[in-house]
Formats: sequence, C-alpha cells, structure tokens
Amino acid sequence: MGKEGKWEIITGNHAAAIAAKLSRVKVVPAYPITPQTTIVEYIASFIDSGQMDAEYIRVESEHSAMAAAIGASAAGVRTFTATASQGLLLMSEVLHWAAGSRLPIGMAVVNRAVGPPWNIHVDHQDTMSQRDTGWIQIYVSSNQEVLDTILMMYKVAENPDVLLPFMVCLDGFVLSHTYMPVNIPPQEEVDVFLPPYNPTHWKLDPTSPITFGNLALPDEYQEMRWSMDLAMRRALDIIEDVTEEFFERFGRYHGGAVWKYKLQESDYAVVTMGTMASEAEVAVDELREEGIDVGLLKIRSFRPFPHRDISETLIDKRGVIVIDRSIAFSSGGPIGTEIRSSLYNLADRPPVVNYVTGLGGRDITHQDIIAMVKDAIGRITSRRIRRPYYWFKLKPEFERIEISEEVRL
Amino acid sequence: MTITIHDLRKLPGSYMPGSAACPGCGATLAFRLVSRALGPNTVYIVPACCFSVIQAPYPKSAISAPLYNIAFAAAAATASGVHRAYKAVNKDVNVVVWAGDGGTVDIGIQALSGAAERKEDLIYVCYDNEAYMNTGIQRSGATPLKAWTKTTPTGKREMPKDMPMILAAHRVPYVATASVGYPFDLVNKFEKAKNIRGFKYIHILSPCPPGWDFPVEKTAEVGKLAVDTYFWPLYEIEGGKLKITVKPRKRPLKEFIRLQGRFRTITDEEIDELEKIVMEKWQFLEHLEKSERVF
Repeated sequence: MGKEGKWEIITGNHAAAIAAKLSRVKVVPAYPITPQTTIVEYIASFIDSGQMDAEYIRVESEHSAMAAAIGASAAGVRTFTATASQGLLLMSEVLHWAAGSRLPIGMAVVNRAVGPPWNIHVDHQDTMSQRDTGWIQIYVSSNQEVLDTILMMYKVAENPDVLLPFMVCLDGFVLSHTYMPVNIPPQEEVDVFLPPYNPTHWKLDPTSPITFGNLALPDEYQEMRWSMDLAMRRALDIIEDVTEEFFERFGRYHGGAVWKYKLQESDYAVVTMGTMASEAEVAVDELREEGIDVGLLKIRSFRPFPHRDISETLIDKRGVIVIDRSIAFSSGGPIGTEIRSSLYNLADRPPVVNYVTGLGGRDITHQDIIAMVKDAIGRITSRRIRRPYYWFKLKPEFERIEISEEVRL
Repeated sequence: MTITIHDLRKLPGSYMPGSAACPGCGATLAFRLVSRALGPNTVYIVPACCFSVIQAPYPKSAISAPLYNIAFAAAAATASGVHRAYKAVNKDVNVVVWAGDGGTVDIGIQALSGAAERKEDLIYVCYDNEAYMNTGIQRSGATPLKAWTKTTPTGKREMPKDMPMILAAHRVPYVATASVGYPFDLVNKFEKAKNIRGFKYIHILSPCPPGWDFPVEKTAEVGKLAVDTYFWPLYEIEGGKLKITVKPRKRPLKEFIRLQGRFRTITDEEIDELEKIVMEKWQFLEHLEKSERVF
C-alpha cells in the first residue's frame, strides 16, 4: 500500500467529479440535468481554477455531449461526461456509436426516473433501457464506491482486451446529494495505478489515416458485434483483476462484478443493486438475528453480467429473492430476468421470487426488504410462486387491483 | 495567395479512385477540390449522407485522410470533441465536417448552431444536393421551391432555409457559398478558411445528376448556370463583411431550370415568379455588400 489519502465529507456527485480529475481526463463535454448537475459544476470549477488540465465543452444537448465525447476519445484522449434520465435517453443513439467505435469513454449516470410525469428521484429505468448499447454498467452503493469505481473502470475499459465505454451508475439524491466520508487518494498514487491513455487499436491521426465506421455489409457486420460481446465477457475477469490491484494499492474492496455478504452457508439469497443493496445488508443482519438464514448478493456489474459467478453462488440456495428498481413492462424486473437466465439450466435450481419496487424515488428501507424476504420465503416454502414477478409497496387500493389480477392468472 | 489551375494540379488530394459515387457526382467533385486545398493534415467527420456510401464499403476506402463516420445529427458536436482533444494535446489539425444538406439544415442544425455559438475551430462544409439523395430523393429544408422529389411529387411548396445567413447571424468569423461550377472560387475560399481561427462555414452547391435529373456530363455546367442565373450567388462573409466573389453572367433562370427534370412540371409563369424571388435575393446581397457589416 502506498501513501494515505485524505478524508473529506462529500456528496456522490462531488466524488464523481474528483474521480474525473484524478483520472486526468483531457476532455469533458457537459450538459446539465438534475440530479447530475453538480458533477459538471464541480468539473467546471476545477478547470476554471486551474486544478484540472482539461478542455470543457459546454454543449447544447446530451446527444451532442456524447457525440463530442466520441470525437475526443476517437482523437485519442481520455474523456469523461455525466448525465441522468432523459439525458441518457437522448444520448441513446450515440451510446451505441461510442461502444461500436470501441471508445473507452467514462460516464457517471445519476439514476433518475423517466417521464412522464416529471420525476427527479431515483429508479433504474434510465440505465436499464440502455443496457444493450454495449456499455459496461457498474452500479454502486456509497460515495467512496463512486470515486473508486470510476478510477478502476478506466483501467478496465482501456484494457486492449476490452475497449468499451463504461457508465458508473449512482442513485439520484440517495448518493448524488448525500454527504458521506470519502477517502480521496493522492494524485501520485492514482497516476501509478492509472497510467495515461494511449490507444493502440485506432485513433484519428493524419499521420496514420484510417476510415472508421463506413458501410459494413452482412458479410462483415456480425463478427464486429461478436467481438464486442467477446470483449464484454472478457471484461469480467479484468474487473476482478483490477479490483484486486486497487485493493492492494489503496486498501479498499467493494467487490468485483458482485459483492457477497454473509452468503456462505445461507439458505436464502437477496439479490439487488445500487443503494438498495446497502439497505439489504442491514436487512440481512436483522433477519439473521431472527434466525432467518439469508445472505446478500449485490450486483455491481450488470453489463457484463456475471452469469457463472451467480450460478455458482446461488446453486445451493433454497430460494432467491431478487429486488428490481425498474420494470420491463409485462416481463418483470431486469435483474430477475437475468438471474433466472443464470440458473435455468442448472439441474437443481433454486426458485426465484422477483419484486419490482422503489420506482420514482419511492423509499425502500431495510424494513421493506425484510418484508419482501419474508413474503418470498412464505411463497417458496408453500410453493405458491404464481407470477414471474410481484409489485411491492403499491398503495393499498392499487395493491388490491394487482392481487385480483393475480387470481385471474 | 490565389490558387491557380497550375497550383491545384500539384496539390495532393485525399480522394482516391474506386469510390462508390454515382457518375457525375457533384459532391465527389467538391471533395476532390476541397481535400486538395486543405491538404493531408485534415480529419473529416461525416454524418449520414451520400458520402457514407461514396467512401466505399469496409474494408476499403476511397479517402486517404482520416475519416470518421458518425450518426446523422451529431457531426458538428463530434468534430468539436475531435478539435478539443487535439487542442488539449497541442496538435494542430484541420478538423472538417463534411455533411450533406439534410445533416446540416435539418437533423444536424442544433449541433451545428451549438458548435458555431461556441466558436469551435472547425470548417463545417455542407455539400448541398438539395434533397435526401442517399435515401433516394426526398425533400429537405434545402430543396428549392417547385422542385420535384419523391416526397414532393407535385413540387415543393416552401422556400429553402437560407443556411449561410443563419450561420452568419451566429457572427462566426467566416461564412461562404461555393459551387462546383466555379472551382477556383471554391478552392480559394478553403485556402482562406484554413488560415482563419474559429468557426468557418462553407456551403457548396453540389449538382446531383440522378436527383436533379440531368445528364451526367453536365454537372459542371449546371453548377456554373446556377451561379450565372443568380440562383446560387457566390459570396463570402468575413468578419461580418459581405463580399460577392463572382459576378454572374446574367443568364435567364430558364436556362438553369430547363436543364433539369426535377423542374419538369414548372410553367413559364412559375419560372418568372421564381426569377423574381432570386433577383430580390441578389439585390439584397448587393445591398448588404455596401453595408459596413452584415451582422
């Protein structure tokens, strides 16, 4: 371990901005949106005050923010931006373009519900709707994890076996505007951990001209998509390696693709992401005191999705409780769907109960998680899992309609 | 310095044989001239347009300078990112957007306006074939009044946007119109633009034989007649001051119109009407030329 860092009490957005500075990004295209705004404000002040040596592009939309990030990264420099909700959706087309161009752009996404109606509070609908753009997606649950993950993910994304862009997803307001103690590592330690970006795959360079992105016919296209999928799968091992290396240098470990809490020997597993996982840790402790044998599997990396790690971890459980903060209408929670996919071909697979809840900032506390776990265990032990997913914490009058729908099934 | 035909022949361009352009393509002619004026230290950013196809399919390319293809609405923003990255590492490269009229006056106008307002150090080129030609001739915001396209089967009913003036209103340091029919006027405008810092906008009329329906060998002639009939005046606005760069040879508009099948349903009275509009614009430009500043 090298030099000690400095403790500060800061918000998740401040942590994201400091991470961009520590990563020595060279170009930051920025467009404001609640609750991301303070990230781009902090970066503007870092640059204007000379603390950060980077070009700041005050673009006129998120579509242009991502397009400018693509241009900068294609010209060969490390690039960062941040957005949320509608902004991420407006970027959608160029998110695909960034990944297809194999540009390791870094982005903080402050998770926020999508409209209508307008809602500035947390859920994961925004990033879930962009899960198949070819971006690595890491969901975090503390401000320290925001900072550390951005540093780590540049190292993962720029690995020649990966070369994909990444988004670090932090829950709106719950992290973005909440103050927590964060250890800020010394710049010289970060510089050793994360050397300057030096693309060897391709860049826009008049001394070595190439044409990028011209028409690829059916004879060529499919292998290009395959190579992105291969890179995404290979990123899983690289995430593990980089988090180990980060632990050795900085002494902090938040998990690799997943974070496991009291999972060994437990009968049941709760699976969730983001700050709901912090609540779930408390819920696990309380349930274990009550004699209910449950552990937590927090998904950090939703893309790449760690199928093998999950199936190996969950195979011996009596049941799995998956809590999603977004809805794939009529299909269920996106994490629930993936977990089933991890488990389905196992001979003795555990049953899965999937809950969709916490949308538009509806608060989900450890007590809510305890209630979901108890409800799920009841369904598992009495073999009453009648639906692929259940809504949780609907208002009573809506809950009644939902229950009557269930009977009709 | 003014470029002559002797200079132009010696300049290395970035356009190689084997492109997938239609015969007689005006945009290709324009690119050949522009790439000679700008030289090899140039990066081209190309949104969806005819050039997405013209450059030839992977793994081949007819363009010898670095060229990056980007989504339709994004060219000016992507070019801004390229320019800023070079600036951050102290590299001096011409960053050029090479876009069609749809990618400029319609879907790309927001990013273009943003980059112009920020005074990014770019050359934005609109090669204007006056419709969505790559998708098979549909009207754009640059299609002229009365012109036939597949989405205006009885002729367009609206005037095109005056894009060079819209850019001039952003008070960028250099705006110019050009035509492939006047190649030396065209290359000299690029020669000038590459030595100006800040946002440069050059709008090139690029006649399109299949889209405008004229014989493939007449591209240069149509490009010349567009200027000489006052249909496409050639001017530049440098530091806010407008200068007409080519005096038209006072030909009747009919000569330009009747060369093209896209105006086949237009009556002589309608040509007179159109001529009136065209001459009003010309007189307005003459008036602006006398002003101290346009914007």
